[in-house]
Amino acid sequence: MKILILGAGQVGSTVAESLVSEANDITVVDSDGEKLRQLQDRLDLRTLMGNAAHPSVLEQAGIADTDMLLAVTQSDEVNMVACKLAASLYNTPTRIARIRSPDFLARPEVFSKDNFCVDFSICPEQILTDYIVKLIEFPEALQVQEFSKGKASLVAVRAFQGGPLVGKPLSFLRTHMPQVETRVAAIFRKDGPLIPEGDTVIEEGDEIFFIAATDNIRSVLKEMRRMDKPAKRVMIVGGGNIGKRLAKALENDYQVKLIEYNKKACEKLAGELKNTLVLNGDGTDEKLMQQEHVGAVDVFCALTNDDENNIMSALLAKQGGAGKVIALINRSAYVDLLQGGKIDIALSPAHVTIGSLLAYVRQGDVVAVHSLRRGAAEALELVAHGDRQSSQVVGRRIDDIDLPKGATIGAIVRGGKVIMGHHDVVIEAEDHVIVFVINKAMVRKVERLFQVSIGFL
Amino acid sequence: MQHTLSVVRALGLMLVVFSAAYMMPLAASLIYDDGTLIDFLLAMVCTAAIGFLMWLLTRRYKGELSIRHGYLMVVTMWTAMPAFATLPLLLVIKDLSFTDAYFETMSGLTTTGATVLTGLDDLPPAINIWRHELNWLGGMGIIVLAVAILPLLGIGGRQLFKAETPGPMKDSALTPRITETARNLWLVYLSITIACILSLKAVGMNWLDAICHAFATMGLGGFSTHDASVGYFNSPAIEFVLIVFMLLAAMNFATHFLVWREKNLKLYWYDTEAIATVGLVLASCLGIAVFLWWQGTYPSFWTALRHASFNLVSIATDCGFTSVDFGQWPIFAPMWMLFLSCVTASSGSTGGGIKMVRTMILFKQAGREFVKLLHPTAINPMKIGGSVVPNNIVFAVLGFIFLYFMTVVTLTFALLISGLDFISAFSAIIACINNAGPGLGVVGPSSNFGVLSDFQTWVCTIAMLVGRLEIFTVLILFTPHFWRR
Repeated sequence: MKILILGAGQVGSTVAESLVSEANDITVVDSDGEKLRQLQDRLDLRTLMGNAAHPSVLEQAGIADTDMLLAVTQSDEVNMVACKLAASLYNTPTRIARIRSPDFLARPEVFSKDNFCVDFSICPEQILTDYIVKLIEFPEALQVQEFSKGKASLVAVRAFQGGPLVGKPLSFLRTHMPQVETRVAAIFRKDGPLIPEGDTVIEEGDEIFFIAATDNIRSVLKEMRRMDKPAKRVMIVGGGNIGKRLAKALENDYQVKLIEYNKKACEKLAGELKNTLVLNGDGTDEKLMQQEHVGAVDVFCALTNDDENNIMSALLAKQGGAGKVIALINRSAYVDLLQGGKIDIALSPAHVTIGSLLAYVRQGDVVAVHSLRRGAAEALELVAHGDRQSSQVVGRRIDDIDLPKGATIGAIVRGGKVIMGHHDVVIEAEDHVIVFVINKAMVRKVERLFQVSIGFL
Repeated sequence: MQHTLSVVRALGLMLVVFSAAYMMPLAASLIYDDGTLIDFLLAMVCTAAIGFLMWLLTRRYKGELSIRHGYLMVVTMWTAMPAFATLPLLLVIKDLSFTDAYFETMSGLTTTGATVLTGLDDLPPAINIWRHELNWLGGMGIIVLAVAILPLLGIGGRQLFKAETPGPMKDSALTPRITETARNLWLVYLSITIACILSLKAVGMNWLDAICHAFATMGLGGFSTHDASVGYFNSPAIEFVLIVFMLLAAMNFATHFLVWREKNLKLYWYDTEAIATVGLVLASCLGIAVFLWWQGTYPSFWTALRHASFNLVSIATDCGFTSVDFGQWPIFAPMWMLFLSCVTASSGSTGGGIKMVRTMILFKQAGREFVKLLHPTAINPMKIGGSVVPNNIVFAVLGFIFLYFMTVVTLTFALLISGLDFISAFSAIIACINNAGPGLGVVGPSSNFGVLSDFQTWVCTIAMLVGRLEIFTVLILFTPHFWRR
């Protein structure tokens, strides 16, 4: 696939990195030559310096035969203009723009075919915010990902002493709570994946991925570990784009304190937020933290732009007695280093947001992609089309489908109902199938499986 | 000097325009044939002639008025117009002193509604129309002053009114030009007044009473054509209609205008000030009714609610009608009503006092201080209706409040020196500075300001003027800086 990425900022470069690894032809355009040089040094792609909204620049970047345009510059307006140009001058098939301003998002007609021709708009900050909100809603979970417009969820949780299921085989789950439908998709033990079988015994410290209807998440979580009390007090460090959105999303249901270093930014934040206490100070200042009772905080989120600051303030907060600490960390090396240590959740923005883009790049009818365990594993939501002749999945029982080893069908969403992926379920056309893949290398195979054969067309 | 003369020129023009206001009592005099026609004609000619002369002598001075002269003009206008308005009163009512006549017209034009006259029922209809028209014109003047002119001068946080219309109303600033804004506001004012006249007629007043009371209601003045005020009618329906229109008049007319233009009643909901005003008044009505019922002032709860509601709304909105002698109620009730008269009316309404928006700012400022003590690093801006109020406005409001209380204290002492008892002195000043109307004690609802000595009457006149013009406007003329070049 030929992909043109406009903007080599954080989003642009992580998207590029992740798409290059999937064997695509990537061209990146940015007005900052230094950023492009750094990108080119690391990755196998083409770069071009220039204004991404100018037709001449787009032409040089080869927009004429591009399959997909990803406009992810800092400016909504540039992204929209680029999409419009791509559609009206060059007939680019797929146009995706990053749109941050709620003003535009509130009026979807702006993106229609007659106006700016944006096929899909993404807002990485919003995706990340939603992700953190879920983590605060379920403080026990390491990760909560939604499928089928939130009907089914994939939850990652670490098994702890005291959970009823710990030390028992998986089959016990069914007898223990027969009324709740759930399915364990994978277990990671000491960083290695296990294929869950009925007799697999859950040990303390296991990272368990299970799929359930969203309403049932809480009761399943209860099986894996002792429940914490629901979070009430949240402290956020960093009032940037993400911190502000998060505070806005949380301030009506939680007591939110937001620490921001820049005084001007503080004043702006305090003007926009209604119930959040905005504090002007350094997120790594332990005196300030004590003064604001970090020990009583249930969830602590370090969301500044600076990895090291986030790590230090999260560590300080943990030291000071905060319940669950979340740190936003861009460098993937740091993420691997820290996850599961003193910092409860090391969030990599790239991995959280990449999924929403990957869904457009993939072959087959892929609705959603969620990158798991820092990109090593993946959960996909695919739609099954065709019939028994043209498709390799429709009309077959799950245990008859030729899935690669390490891929499991977790659940099926059929007409708004969530059905667990037990071995005897028969897949029908238009089912949304949620597949868990413990190794990314198998993704291609799974996609091919769901593609309708030529005969059907 | 040249600029001062251009103020005189503007004042002259103003008086010529003002003389047109005599048309109404002239018409009334013709209709009712009460024998005051010649007096009103004389007054009209006098006013117009003097105004014309002033303009003629100074017509060369057309200089652009600075903000400094804005203050001077507003104050001279508000002192000269009542002076000229006394003419028909002095001509018709024998043995009325200028002091009392000036108090009466000042009370009319500042929409206070306190009166020194007794035997209102027997006054010629034209005189009553004249008094009420002053109420109405005063209301009209104050709306434009408040919405269009004072914000330009920036008195005591008045700039707020530009910024304060919150939420969806924000982008629909009234109109770009002051004259256009003024015209629109007057249209709204006129329409509501007509609605009020018709409603009052419908619930049983005669035309004269309906027009007079509608004028007094919309200006939140509170003059009545009867010594017993609204108590004369003893009609719950009339009282109810008046309550509704008094509350309307106590809201910001800019909001009325926007509702009218957008044809959307929901906009009232976004006017935080109006919500606070109405909420506070309704809660107080219920509370006072329960209190009066519990104290046994009235045997039934519904009677208590009726009298409490009408008199409380009337005093709280700074209108000043009365239906019973609330001076006889247990002291808590009238004191609470006087307190409300200080804070209730919205900015941009015809009511007086501190104004609800300033009250809200003060409350929030107090809250901010608490937060600041608990969280020294917190950034906690003041917000009214979702938008941030800059600190300099908060300071301006604090300054205003200080001057307001100092004025109350000083003028109360002035009345005490003259020998008035404390309750009467304090309540008279509060009632006058808020442009509410009746006070307590000797100036209570059953009596009027006619019992005061000349000196005391002048003190109250000053209180009315200072209160109406938001204190700063008047007092600034007495600062050395004002006169320094």
